[in-house]
Amino acid sequence: MAVTSEPRAQEGGAAPRHRSATRSLLRLWPYVRPVRARLFSAAAVAVVASCLGLVIPLVLKWMVDGPVAHRDPGGVWLGGALLLALGSAEAALFGLRRWLVGRPLASVEAAMRADLYRHLQRLPVSFHDRWPSGQLLSRATTDLMLLRMFLAFPLTFLVVNGVTILAGFAILLSQEWTLGLVLVVPAVPLVILCSLFETRYATVARTVQDQTGDLTTVVEEGVLGVRIVKGFGRHRSQARAFRALSEQVRSTELHKARLLATLWALIMTLPELAIGAALVLGTVRVADGDLSAGTLVAFLSTAMTLRWPVESLGFLLAMSQDAATATDRYFDVMDAEPATAADRPRPARTRGRGGEGASGKDDTDGEDGTGGEVRTGGEVRTGGRDGPASKYGAGGRDGTNGKGAAGGLRFEGVEFAYADAPPEEPPVLRGVDLHIRSGETMALVGATGSGKTTLTALVPRLHEATRGRITLDGRDITALPREELRALVAVAFEEPTLFSATAGENVLMGAADAGREELLRALKVAQADFVHALPEGTGTEVGEQGLSLSGGQRQRLALARAVVGGPRFLVLDDPLSALDVHTEALVEAALREVLASTTALVVAHRPSTVLLADRVALLSGGRIAAVGTHQRLLWESAEYRSLMSGQEAEEGERSP
Amino acid sequence: MTTVEEERESADGWESSGDWNGDEDRGRGTSSDRFDRDVLPVPKGASLALLRSLLSPRSRRVWVATVLLLLQQAAVQAGPLLVAYAIDRGVPALRDGSHGPLIAVGAGYLGCALASGALQYAFIRASARISQDVLLDLRGRIFRHAQALSVDFHERYTSGRLISRATTDVESLRELLTEGLEELLGVALSVVYISITLLYLDWGLGGAAVLSFWPLYLLIRSFQRRSMRVYRKRSTAIAAVIVTFTETMNGIRPVQAFRRERANDKRFGEQNHRHERANGDAILEMARYVVSSRLVANTAMAAIVLWGAYRVASGSLALGVLAAAALYLRRLYDPIDRLGMFLNSYQSAAASLEKIAGLLAQRPSVPDPTDPKPLPPRPAKAPGREVVFDGVRFAYRTGGEVLPRFDLTLPAGQTVAVVGATGAGKSTLAKLLARFYDPSEGRVLLDGVDLRDLATPELRRGVVMVTQEPFLFSGTIADNISIGRPDATRAEIEQAAKAIGAHDFIAALPDRYDTDVRKRGGRISAGQRQLVAFARALLADPSVLILDEATSSLDIPGERAVQRAMDTVLRGRTAVVIAHRLSTVETADRVLVMAEGRIVEDGPPARLIAGEGRFAALHQAWRDSLV
Repeated sequence: MAVTSEPRAQEGGAAPRHRSATRSLLRLWPYVRPVRARLFSAAAVAVVASCLGLVIPLVLKWMVDGPVAHRDPGGVWLGGALLLALGSAEAALFGLRRWLVGRPLASVEAAMRADLYRHLQRLPVSFHDRWPSGQLLSRATTDLMLLRMFLAFPLTFLVVNGVTILAGFAILLSQEWTLGLVLVVPAVPLVILCSLFETRYATVARTVQDQTGDLTTVVEEGVLGVRIVKGFGRHRSQARAFRALSEQVRSTELHKARLLATLWALIMTLPELAIGAALVLGTVRVADGDLSAGTLVAFLSTAMTLRWPVESLGFLLAMSQDAATATDRYFDVMDAEPATAADRPRPARTRGRGGEGASGKDDTDGEDGTGGEVRTGGEVRTGGRDGPASKYGAGGRDGTNGKGAAGGLRFEGVEFAYADAPPEEPPVLRGVDLHIRSGETMALVGATGSGKTTLTALVPRLHEATRGRITLDGRDITALPREELRALVAVAFEEPTLFSATAGENVLMGAADAGREELLRALKVAQADFVHALPEGTGTEVGEQGLSLSGGQRQRLALARAVVGGPRFLVLDDPLSALDVHTEALVEAALREVLASTTALVVAHRPSTVLLADRVALLSGGRIAAVGTHQRLLWESAEYRSLMSGQEAEEGERSP
Repeated sequence: MTTVEEERESADGWESSGDWNGDEDRGRGTSSDRFDRDVLPVPKGASLALLRSLLSPRSRRVWVATVLLLLQQAAVQAGPLLVAYAIDRGVPALRDGSHGPLIAVGAGYLGCALASGALQYAFIRASARISQDVLLDLRGRIFRHAQALSVDFHERYTSGRLISRATTDVESLRELLTEGLEELLGVALSVVYISITLLYLDWGLGGAAVLSFWPLYLLIRSFQRRSMRVYRKRSTAIAAVIVTFTETMNGIRPVQAFRRERANDKRFGEQNHRHERANGDAILEMARYVVSSRLVANTAMAAIVLWGAYRVASGSLALGVLAAAALYLRRLYDPIDRLGMFLNSYQSAAASLEKIAGLLAQRPSVPDPTDPKPLPPRPAKAPGREVVFDGVRFAYRTGGEVLPRFDLTLPAGQTVAVVGATGAGKSTLAKLLARFYDPSEGRVLLDGVDLRDLATPELRRGVVMVTQEPFLFSGTIADNISIGRPDATRAEIEQAAKAIGAHDFIAALPDRYDTDVRKRGGRISAGQRQLVAFARALLADPSVLILDEATSSLDIPGERAVQRAMDTVLRGRTAVVIAHRLSTVETADRVLVMAEGRIVEDGPPARLIAGEGRFAALHQAWRDSLV
């Protein structure tokens, strides 16, 4: 849908499109911008410090050729003092540089991570279905750490060392240009070899990162699915699979090391050869008396000082390459468009449609007054803004009760196909038409895999209908801001997820402004009073980092979350599956009261759940095959009968 | 079925925390629970022992790498010595018309340059080989160990933390091994070489250089101490960030549906900020170190050069020696701030290693037998195996009795339904039988053999448990089913799927049995996943099958299909079926009703229904719900 880039997780390997490293890294600018002053001044400080280092050999030369040659101990003292001053200044500047960038760079990393997290939370569910969380996590941690390191070292030192090398060569050439030339010449092939290396290293670096991401996914699965692994005694084969992957990582890392080794060998040998040549030449000239001993010492000292800047170019480039790769990976995710991006053109269209509806031309609510729709719409807005307190829900129901055909939850020709489904595959939903009247509870029944859960996910727009529209009290859901829509519609998922927060907070997620009373009521409805018996009652931490609860307990908390604050629309996906019969009966009794005042769609697998509803819709073959009361459908529909009682359930009568 | 029992629930759920068993008068275990903080006890010296055990199998390679590094550093450090030789001997010799010394210098320098390059190449490759092998070994160990640790460990040591052991902590070791260690060793070696060379060139200058190590050593030590603290803080902070991140991404549906984005942003922001602070602290700690160490180094250098120059001026030192000393000193002190950087990665690697060692030191509470016994051979048509709970009592190690002492015999081939409210101890019973836990007292016997004496493969061939959480691994549907029996053929896999009624939906998937569940994982419904889990269990063909709420997400036709399959498939097996729904129970030979950890009713379903007990009441409630 809105997502443009494909996850390369499974495919591994190199990116087909090659962006240059510089262009990738330039994308970091918006994050670096706020700290640019500090970063630039730190670079300037580092340049000065580095150049001070170059002055030291000159002082040395002065000492050797001056006071030392002239046997002048007093002059030696002066030179020593000068060396000390330079050394202290160098130390202070190095420290200053780090102090300047320390906190700002930590904040850049944090800002990028916060942005990533914020962005990921707003990406459509379809994106998350495709990207394993391990891949996302490795972007949020390893890659961002790499980027911070890049900003702290390679970025600055590529500049600093570049300047130092130039300044150093200038000094060398100005002192003795023939000797200087001997040192400068090998720098040219070195730079060429470095850039050759850069391109080859890029591919390998990316592969390593991707493979590490895959490895993370396997680790996650191994941990999350540990009961199954154990239950089937599969830990050996699991470990084998893990080993195969980590061996892959190893061999890629070794490949990377081979490249590095070659580079290092070149970087060590070439400058050293040049220095050797300069030494031999220099010695001859000193012997000839063309050159002072001090100059030779200073010359060699400078050349050796320059070794680190030259040597470091290789690994600085490597780190930059890693960083460029990390940047690409980061922006792969950041470039995915958030769910809201798809909205922009839509409100206009739907508003137009709404207008049509208001003038009575919309065939779907022919008989019922336009006023009703407008009025309900207004109420919805009020309800949305003031928080979905139950009185609004009740009010909405009263307002449209009876003949409120425009109100309620309405599906019109809704189609849905997964974005990455092959084109020849029929859509999951192929034109769902369903109207749940205001205040009504509709049970949704269908065979396993008929698309019930998918249909429920469309209402809060976790997935977007590919065609058709869904309206809440006459308002197209795509015209509603997501926030408002999701405040109107409360959902309980089949798989209840609790977050690391207190039990109370987990429930109150459903309605931000609901108070203690609402909380208690919701807990009562969901028969989740066990919460009070937890060590710290509703303040007990649950979720990943807190107390573990059983499946049934979690399901009841999730149900409480859905009903808290009396939402106007309620979507429940098989909310009682993990409960025992006894608890289920209690929940049902309490739930009935809540359902009386809301418009609800309840996915049901069992007669007991179906009986909560006023009417039942049978989803079959991607369409609503029948709507009616439980009794009527039992009588009329063989498929329904088989779904509810398991009798006569034969393949032919299932979805066509 | 009173609500009082509800309070005990958390003792029993499949992922209950062992520490908190639901007795409200026992305070919250959290504050004293070491699992809550990220600290597992690390036995003294465990980190070192781990390191040794990682390196010792590769000791030959380590030696080769060490020799390579020794030679390489020797070649690199020869340079200034040759400079001194050139100035002090080469120049006078040339003036005397002798080219010998100069040629020697030239040849020596050429040789050293080539040797240092070649040796560097060889060393990097050798050390990469070692470090990658070590990482491979370590990753494997963590993974295998995590798999070997018992379920109660996993229930308490959250998955996020476990994952960060295997990823972030390994990563920081990787950083040390691939980026830091060789430089660290190189620096250490160069310090030794240079000191020796300086001492050889001139006792006084060398001695002064060696003396300067003392303040530097003190500096490094204090830096090490301070940064250790900072790094601990930082790695705890990043762990919190990871947990929140993972939790959000795995629960993205409820996050979006309940508009948690902003609240999450805030929460994540706080944790992220805490990490930012710790990160900044670490960097500033480093800055402080760089300033002070540089200052000491530069002062020492200025002083030594001054002294040397003074002595050259007064004629007691050769100029070449001073030149060499100046060059050597620069080299000696140059890596000092990089040394801090490597110590950095060394620090965080050490912290990580300690955490990993702590994890690896956790002994599985359900250990493999040292002297495994085989199960008695099962006659071809024998109906499953007999299960005996012999004086079994179960309490969590931290206290809190879940199952009081009981005896129970399940004859071979019997299908036993276990019912009771959540928290009655049903799952614990099942987990004891599957040996996810070991009983605190007594024995669980399978055909007369204590489960503790069975080797894992033997046990898992014998007993298979299907839980209510149908987790699918990445891979194809077929891969997921064949977890039950990896060597199964495609036909056998399909047969298992058909038997359980999963074939239809699988056949409707785009790539049928080869459909990748991760790519389309969101689209395989909970019920379908449960069917896959069932097929997996069927394929495993165990003699004892445990179903723990395994049908909770199935619709009625699905459940019926499973039941039909069970009627045929369970024949010839001992089966323990835990179900909230009683439809499954009717087909059982025997029903156990549990309440508060005790078996309160036991008998064939018909007799219990006819009676007046709990089961009769439960059954009535269920019949009512069917309408």
